[in-house]
Amino acid sequence: MVEWTDFERNTIQDIFSRIEYDVVGPAALARCLVVYPWTQRYFGGFGNLYNAAAIKGNPMVSKHGTTILNGLERAVKNMDDITNTYAELSVLHSEKLHVDPDNFKLLADCLTIVVAAQLGNEFTGEVQAAFQKFLAVVVSALGRQYR
Amino acid sequence: MLSNKEKMLIAEIWERLIPVAEEIGADALLRMFACFPGSKTYFSHLDISRGSPHLLSHGKKIVLALAEGSKDISQLTVTLTPLQIMHAYQLRIDPTNFKLLSHCMLVALSCHMRDDFTAVAHAAMDKYLSAFAAVLAEKYR
Repeated sequence: MVEWTDFERNTIQDIFSRIEYDVVGPAALARCLVVYPWTQRYFGGFGNLYNAAAIKGNPMVSKHGTTILNGLERAVKNMDDITNTYAELSVLHSEKLHVDPDNFKLLADCLTIVVAAQLGNEFTGEVQAAFQKFLAVVVSALGRQYR
Repeated sequence: MLSNKEKMLIAEIWERLIPVAEEIGADALLRMFACFPGSKTYFSHLDISRGSPHLLSHGKKIVLALAEGSKDISQLTVTLTPLQIMHAYQLRIDPTNFKLLSHCMLVALSCHMRDDFTAVAHAAMDKYLSAFAAVLAEKYR
């Protein structure tokens, strides 16, 4: 079981209460597709991903980005049981979507950088550490059911 | 692989950051120490608390080296030779740490530049930092 300090719990709740899911989600996914172009392999059906502008303006990318953030909220609301919360999603990503779990970390890093831009100086080293710990637990849970 | 456009963008960004080299460098280091505590083991001989002169001067050194390298990226191996030697034979920092600092540098840039740190700038910078780290580790073995 993951131990969370009060600071970590409060930080995660605070961040997610402040960010707009339909801004941060699309920005993070788009950034991932631009910075790590090989991740585009999972989005063949999304249409035009030809350049950064196309990716940013792609409505399917935006929609999926928001879906991802809403998915993350489930972990925010169940911080003491993230592994079980994502058991089904883990199976889905493994068995149906065939996503290499290394990609989860790439998206997590992009999300960190997008949130950093949103919060500016309030995204201190300590806040970053808490956020990264949270995402690491999420990434681990999503990779758990792979076999 | 960095395109010419990306090389220009990288050089331009670092040029603009030279006046705040201390601030950015110290911020990146502090983030790394907070997020990856193992990295602190290389600094047991220095005071790396927030605001300490050691931290500020060290942060400045790192940013100025990154800025210098960005002026002619095709010549990185030449520009970084002294630093290569220092890291390989004297400092011997495990190269995994270069990735950790690179990530924290990207976060520091994002906090500082906010919306100006576009996805395109991020991609270019990530590639530059990877190349820089690879050159730095070249003489390790």
